[in-house]
Amino acid sequence: MIHFVLLVSRQGKVRLTKWYSPYSQKERTKVIRELTGLILTRGLKLCNFVEWRGYKVVYKRYASLYFCMCIDQDDNELEVLEIIHHYVETLDRYFGSVCELDLIFNFHKAYYILDELLLAGELQEPSKKIVARLIAGQDSLVEAAKEEANSISNIIAQATK
Amino acid sequence: MGSQGGFGQSKEFLDLVKSIGETRSKSEEDRIILREIETIKRRILEPDIPRRKMKEYIIRLVYVEMLGHDASFGYIHAVKMAHDENLLHKRTGYLAVTLFLNEDHDLIILIVNTIQKDLKSDNYLVVFSALNAVCRLINEETIPAVLPQVVELLGHQKEAVRKKAIMTLHRFYQKSPSTVSHLISNFRKKLSDNDSGVMGASLYPLFDLITIDVKSYKDLVASFIKLLKILGLLGNGDKHASGQMYNVVGDLIRKCDASSNIGNAVLYECICCVASIYPSTKLLEATAEVIAKFLKNDNHNLKYMGIDVLGRLIKLSPDVTEQHQLAVIDCLEDLDDTLKRKTFELLHKMTKSSNVEVIVDGMIDYMTSINDFHYKIEIASRCVELAEQFAPSNHWFILTMNRIFEHAGDIVDIKVAHNLMRLIAKGFGGDHESADSQLRSYAVESYLHIVTEPKLPSAFLQVICWVLGEFGTADGNYSASNISGKLRDVAEAYSSDETVKAYAITALTKIYAFEITSGRKMDILPECQSLFEELAASRSADLQQRAYEFRTVVHLEAHAVKSIMPFDVSCEDIEVDITLPFLNSYVQQSLQNGAQPYIPEEQRSGTIDISNISNQVSRESSMHALKFEAYELPKLPAPSRPPLPVSNISTELVPVPEQSYSIREANTYPSIPSVSTSGPPELKLRLEGIQKKWGRPSYSSSPPSSSGVSPSTASEISQVESAASLSSRPQDNYKDLKKAEVKIAPEKQKLAASLFGDSSKSNKTTGTRHNTSRSDTLSIDKSTGSRSSVAPCCRDENSSSTTS
Repeated sequence: MIHFVLLVSRQGKVRLTKWYSPYSQKERTKVIRELTGLILTRGLKLCNFVEWRGYKVVYKRYASLYFCMCIDQDDNELEVLEIIHHYVETLDRYFGSVCELDLIFNFHKAYYILDELLLAGELQEPSKKIVARLIAGQDSLVEAAKEEANSISNIIAQATK
Repeated sequence: MGSQGGFGQSKEFLDLVKSIGETRSKSEEDRIILREIETIKRRILEPDIPRRKMKEYIIRLVYVEMLGHDASFGYIHAVKMAHDENLLHKRTGYLAVTLFLNEDHDLIILIVNTIQKDLKSDNYLVVFSALNAVCRLINEETIPAVLPQVVELLGHQKEAVRKKAIMTLHRFYQKSPSTVSHLISNFRKKLSDNDSGVMGASLYPLFDLITIDVKSYKDLVASFIKLLKILGLLGNGDKHASGQMYNVVGDLIRKCDASSNIGNAVLYECICCVASIYPSTKLLEATAEVIAKFLKNDNHNLKYMGIDVLGRLIKLSPDVTEQHQLAVIDCLEDLDDTLKRKTFELLHKMTKSSNVEVIVDGMIDYMTSINDFHYKIEIASRCVELAEQFAPSNHWFILTMNRIFEHAGDIVDIKVAHNLMRLIAKGFGGDHESADSQLRSYAVESYLHIVTEPKLPSAFLQVICWVLGEFGTADGNYSASNISGKLRDVAEAYSSDETVKAYAITALTKIYAFEITSGRKMDILPECQSLFEELAASRSADLQQRAYEFRTVVHLEAHAVKSIMPFDVSCEDIEVDITLPFLNSYVQQSLQNGAQPYIPEEQRSGTIDISNISNQVSRESSMHALKFEAYELPKLPAPSRPPLPVSNISTELVPVPEQSYSIREANTYPSIPSVSTSGPPELKLRLEGIQKKWGRPSYSSSPPSSSGVSPSTASEISQVESAASLSSRPQDNYKDLKKAEVKIAPEKQKLAASLFGDSSKSNKTTGTRHNTSRSDTLSIDKSTGSRSSVAPCCRDENSSSTTS
C-alpha cells in the first residue's frame, strides 16, 4: 500500500501531504525532512526509486515539483510511477495545463482530486473521466451553495435595514 | 417454491405428474396433457380463485408448457401473479413469465412496470427475481426503462445482487452496446470489488469490452497487476495450478507493450509471477528476453527492475545472470545509490565460495559508506552470513570479521561475537593443530594491533579480550606483561562498559594463571594491582567477584592453578560428578562431629520450596498449612551443636535465621535444612535481629556466633572465609571459574554447530543443562559454607548467564 504522498517543490517547500499510515506530528516532520534531503539531491538520470527505512519511495519530477509516494517493499514500483502520472494527468485535465501556482492557490482542490483517486493507500479510481465529472459536480454544488448564501444574506440584509 | 411436492399441492397435480411419468407412449402422454389443459382452462376462468390455487395452476401450466404444449391462455395470469405481493407468488409469477414469454411478446409491456417497481424493492429476493426476469425479457427498447435501477443496484449491499446486476448489464451490453457504454467505469470498479464473485462477474463484460477496444483499458492494468500477484501466490509450488497459468502469462508477456511505462509494469509483474510459480522452460526463456531488454535499456528504472528480477530468477536458473554480467557490473559501479543496493542484493543471492571474497569486501566497503542505520544492519548481517557460510580461509575470515566488527560492531548480534570466539577456540573442525594455532596467533596479532585504536565497539572488544586472554601467551611471541598491560589499558579506557571490563579482567586472570602454571614467576604489574584494588570495591558484583577470583588464583600454587585454569579448555565440558565424592571425607568428619545427615528433599516434611511451587502445591495438600503443635522454645544457637533437628516441623517457623547461622558455621549441617531458602539462599541479606515482614512468621534470633570462622569485621568475613574455604577446596573455585567459561562455550558451540554441522552438538547441549542443574545441587549440597563461596557460585550463574 501507499503509506503517504508528498509533493515538494524544488526549493524544499511542501505543497501537499497525505498520510495513509499513522504518523505522529513529530514523525511527519522528521520524515519530510529526511525525504526532501534524500530526493532533492538526486541527479536527473538516476532511478526514480529510493530505498529508505525499509520502505521504497517512488518519486517523479514534474517541472519544479517532486511527487513522492512511499510504498511497501513488495509493491510494484512501475505501477506507482503510473499512479503518480495518472494523478498529474487528472490535475492537468481539471486545471487545464496545470502549473505549480495552481496547486499553491487551489491546494484544497488538489486534495479533493487525490482523495478521489487514492483510498486507504490503494488506487480506487482508474478513470480520469469519472474523477473529472465528480469534481465538476462538486464544484457546481459549491457554486449553487454560494449563490444561495448570497441571496439569503441579501434578503436578510435588506430585511434588517 | 412449493412445486416440489411440498405443502399445499393438490392431489390432482401429483396425480398428473405421476401419470405422466408412468406413460409409456407419447400419445398417451399427449392425451393426459390435453386433458390437463382442458381442466386448467376451465378452472382458471373462474372468477375468484384463491391465490394459492392460482399459483398451482400456473405451475401446472409451466409443466405443460415444458412438455411442449401451448398454454398461452395462462400467460396473462402469470403476469398478474408476478404482480402479487406475496413473495412466493411473485417468484412463481416471475418464473412463469420468464418461461412463457420472450422479449417480443406483447405482454412485456405489462411486465416492465412490475419489474421496475420490484427492482426498487427492499427485499433482495424480490430484486433477485426481478433481475432474473430482466435478464431474460428485456430487449432493446425496454432497456432504458430499467437501466437506471440496475445501475443503482450495482452498489447494493448484498454481493449477490451486485453480481446479478453486473450480469444484467452485461446482457444489456450484448443486446445493444451503445446504451451501456457510459457504464464502463462501473465495470472497472466492480473489478476491484471485495467479493470475488462480483469481481469474476465483472470480468465477463469487461472481456467483451476489451476485445473490441484494448487501448482504452490500459488503466485497468492496476487491477490486473493485482490479479497477477494473486496468480503468483496461487501457483507457488503448485504444479497443477501453474500449468494452467502458463498460457495466460505467456500471452501476457508477448502482448505487453514494452514501450509504455505501464506495460513494463505488467511485464515485471508477470516475471515475478513466473519466478514464484512452478518453473517452465518456455516461460523462462521469455523472461530471459525481457530481462535482457530491461537491462540494456538506458532508463535506470528499468535497470532496477531488471536486477530485481534477476535476483528472483537466480534460484531457478543460475546461468541467467552469466549473460548479463557486464550489465550487472555496470550497475554496481553506477552512481545511483538505489541501483547499487539492488545489485548488492543480487550479489548476495548469487554468492558462492568462488566469489565470496570479492563480494563481501565490496559489501563492507559499501557498508562503511552508508549512513542509513536500518540498511546498515541489514547489510552487516548479510556480510556476516556470507562470511560464515563461504569463508575460503581462516585468515580471511578473521580479517573480514574484524572489519565488520570495527564498523558495525554495535549493531551486529552479540551471538556473532560468541560465534567468532568459539571458532577461534575450536578451529574449523578437524585435527589440524598447526592450522589452529596459526589461526590463533594470527588472531592474537591482529587484535593486538587493533586494540590500541580508540572507540571500538563493545562486542568487538569482548572478543578481543577473550582471545587475548586465552591465547595471548600461547605462542610465546608476546610477553605476559605486554598483553596484560594492553588489557589493563582496555579496562581503563572503557570503564563505563561493564561487560568489556569483566572480559578484560578475566583475561588478565587467565594470563597470570597460565604464567603461574608454566612456572614462570612473574610480578603483577603495579597498574594491574591498582586496577584490581579498585575493582574489589566495585559497585558491580560481577566485577568484584572477578577481582577476588583473580586475587585468590594468583596466590595459589602452580598445581592448583593448573587444575583451575588449564590451557585451551574453553570448549570442553566440565565433568561434574553429581555425588561430589571429593566432599565425602568432609561429610564424614562432620557427621562424626554430630551434625545431622542430609535428608533429601522428598523426605523432608514441613518444608516449603519457594522455587518449586508445583511441588509445593502437591505437598501442601498432604500437610496442614497451619501448625497445631506448640512452637518450640527458642534455643540459643550453640556454637557446635545447634539443636534444631531437621525433621522437626518447627523448621517452618524459623527458616531464615536458622539458615543464616547455619550456613555461617563451618562444620555443621551438611545440609541446609529448609529448602525454601536454598533456592536463593546466597542472595539473602543478613537478617539477624530483623523481623521478617512477610513470609513465615519468624522471631528474631540473636546474631549467631560463627565459631568455625573467625569473624572480626563483616567485610573481612567474606574474604577470609573465601580464602579459608578456597584453600581447602580449590575444586570449588575451579567449578566457579569454570562455570563462567563453560557457560559461554556450550552456547557458542550450539550456535556454531548449527552453522558448521558439528556432530558433538548433542553432547554440549546436555552439558549445559547438566551444568545448571548441577550448580543448583551444588548450592544445596554445600555443607559449609561460607556464604560467599556459595554466593560466588550463584552469582556466577547469574553473571555468566547474562554474559552468555
